[in-house]
Amino acid sequence: MDLLARFLIRLFSTAITLFGVAVIVFTVVRVVPGNPIAMMLPPGATPADIVRLKALYGLDKSIPQQFVIWFWGVLHGDFGTSISLRQPVLGLVLGRLPATLELATMALVMAILIGGASALTAVRFRGTQIETGIDVANGAALSIPDFLWGLLLIIFFGVLIPLFSISGRISPDLQLNFETQFYLIESIVRLRFDVTANLLAHMFMPALALALPLAAIIGQLLKQSLKETMELDYVTLARTKGYSETRVILREALRNAILPTLTLTGVQFTFLIGGTVIVERLFSYEGLGNMAIDAVVNRDLPLIQGIVICFAVIFTAVNLVVDLTYAALNPRLRHA
Amino acid sequence: MTALLEIENLSVALKNGPRLLRSVSLRLDRGEVRGLVGESGAGKSMIGKAVLGILPRSAEVVEGRILLEGTDILTLPPAERRRRIGRIAALIPQDPLTALNPSHRIGPQITDRLVDILGWKREKAEARALELLAEVNISAPARVMRNYPHELSGGMRQRILIASAFAAEPALIIADEPTTALDVTVQKQILKIIAGMQARHGTALLFVTHDLGVVSKVCQSLSVLYAGKVLEDTQVADFFRAPGHAYSAALLAATPKYTDPEGSLMPVGPEVLAAVQAEVDAADREWRHV
Ligand SMILES: Nc1ncnc2c1ncn2[C@@H]1O[C@H](COP(=O)(O)OP(=O)(O)OP(=O)(O)O)[C@@H](O)[C@H]1O
Ligand SMILES: [Mg+2]
Repeated sequence: MDLLARFLIRLFSTAITLFGVAVIVFTVVRVVPGNPIAMMLPPGATPADIVRLKALYGLDKSIPQQFVIWFWGVLHGDFGTSISLRQPVLGLVLGRLPATLELATMALVMAILIGGASALTAVRFRGTQIETGIDVANGAALSIPDFLWGLLLIIFFGVLIPLFSISGRISPDLQLNFETQFYLIESIVRLRFDVTANLLAHMFMPALALALPLAAIIGQLLKQSLKETMELDYVTLARTKGYSETRVILREALRNAILPTLTLTGVQFTFLIGGTVIVERLFSYEGLGNMAIDAVVNRDLPLIQGIVICFAVIFTAVNLVVDLTYAALNPRLRHA
Repeated sequence: MTALLEIENLSVALKNGPRLLRSVSLRLDRGEVRGLVGESGAGKSMIGKAVLGILPRSAEVVEGRILLEGTDILTLPPAERRRRIGRIAALIPQDPLTALNPSHRIGPQITDRLVDILGWKREKAEARALELLAEVNISAPARVMRNYPHELSGGMRQRILIASAFAAEPALIIADEPTTALDVTVQKQILKIIAGMQARHGTALLFVTHDLGVVSKVCQSLSVLYAGKVLEDTQVADFFRAPGHAYSAALLAATPKYTDPEGSLMPVGPEVLAAVQAEVDAADREWRHV
């Protein structure tokens, strides 16, 4: 099938998925216990006040009616107004999104570097103590969830040996009058590397906490498929040609071994993004995840909906990127 | 004159397990074509793997020497051994469908070793590859160089692997049943190409096969293998006149026209098998005592 057709079908199915997510989240936040109006009532409010507030936020109508009104707005780029922050949801979400994207991307890069390096090292020294050691380390990284890693890192590098900042996204005294919310990228573009360093120091621990479990998964899976690939005929043939073991691993085996890892990394990356919710909270990192917790605590229905939709869009985008990369790396698909 | 390849008393065993090769000795001079025959599991491929330094991780050399141009490669440090083997020897593998890297184009799979190991200029290596592809009767070599393996037929891929094996002008090529994975119609062509290349380049060839018919056409000398033991080491002309071992004679009798299209089964009578197995067992007992 031709690539454009495949892309269009993908786009269509993505739209349906997102609509489904919208319906579900909209309904769920309205049927679970907890009332946004009750949270914002001043002491001594009258029933009339409640009715007035409900009408103000459109909560007096039936759920299907509410959905139609909300969805109509969404189609026009209006995601409603946050009940707790009293600002348009879209602006709030887009304002926080870059912080989370930078954090998640940094974590992904760390996971790929750590996982990739550990897999390559283990395969290069397979059958030795080094491989065993890496297996043990991977097992440990995998059995501890990201937020626990966050706590451990805070204890070690924040409290015992205070190397890194444990709170926030940037030191308060370092205000650069950023023009975008992509602080890291902007600081690099503006050549303010002091700011970049400060941002990285803040990002390091939350990103590492998010990265470690994924690094272990990447490390184990890539090692396994590399080891299998190393036994294949074409690798054996390459070995007779006089290439070094390292070159055989990198040039002959890696590219063919990487596809299953790539697919799994895509799926796991969406879990990692989910992990930002708690980890951002833990490190008071001002991203979307942190905002999501506040939104839930305050029963801020429009904001919850906006954030969930935003996460759903990220997830589908990640899957799309994985599919495209897969096709680009696999000559059989590229020419199909 | 020192032999190109001299295997002396080579035993290969599974780690803490039985021997797969039992004190094999075998000599190959420059330009010589030697057949290596034996039934499935006899250890033919294992000999080639030992020479090329690609024994499976589960197996190890437990005794003996492998002299390539007079140097025992088993005593060399790994990196040097790899380089030496790569310079002197090359492999034509059994299954062309799995022996090419699916994610690299054909061109680099032939030229990379010339550039990276022998230090040739890329243009020179590419010119050489085009020349070799033409030599193995590939009609559009420039296009094939840009193809991926999956775009080519098995016969084409085997020609490419043959061209690639000859690329660095090795003194020794080990061909491990290079036609068994191919259609019968293609087998003859491939065999002719290998024989022709061998004659033109003067390369010594260790030809692993089931097929005594092929041996009679291509080889000068012959080693018969059973259960990792060399039963007979002889000239082809002598072998077909008067095989020197009862097992060899049975092989020959079992393939009257020297053709074995299936190439896998060589029925040998039970008495002969029992005798040869007894010989192998005796050799094992003696080996354990030393
Ligand atoms: N990777 C391996 N691990 C353990 N044993 C092996 C391995 N490869 C081969 N063997 C064993 O070594 C012996 C010799 O195998 P080898 O592949 O050399 O046989 P062959 O003569 O090439 O047979 P064929 O004609 O089927 O290719 C066989 O008994 C086989 O079971
Ligand atoms: Mg074999």
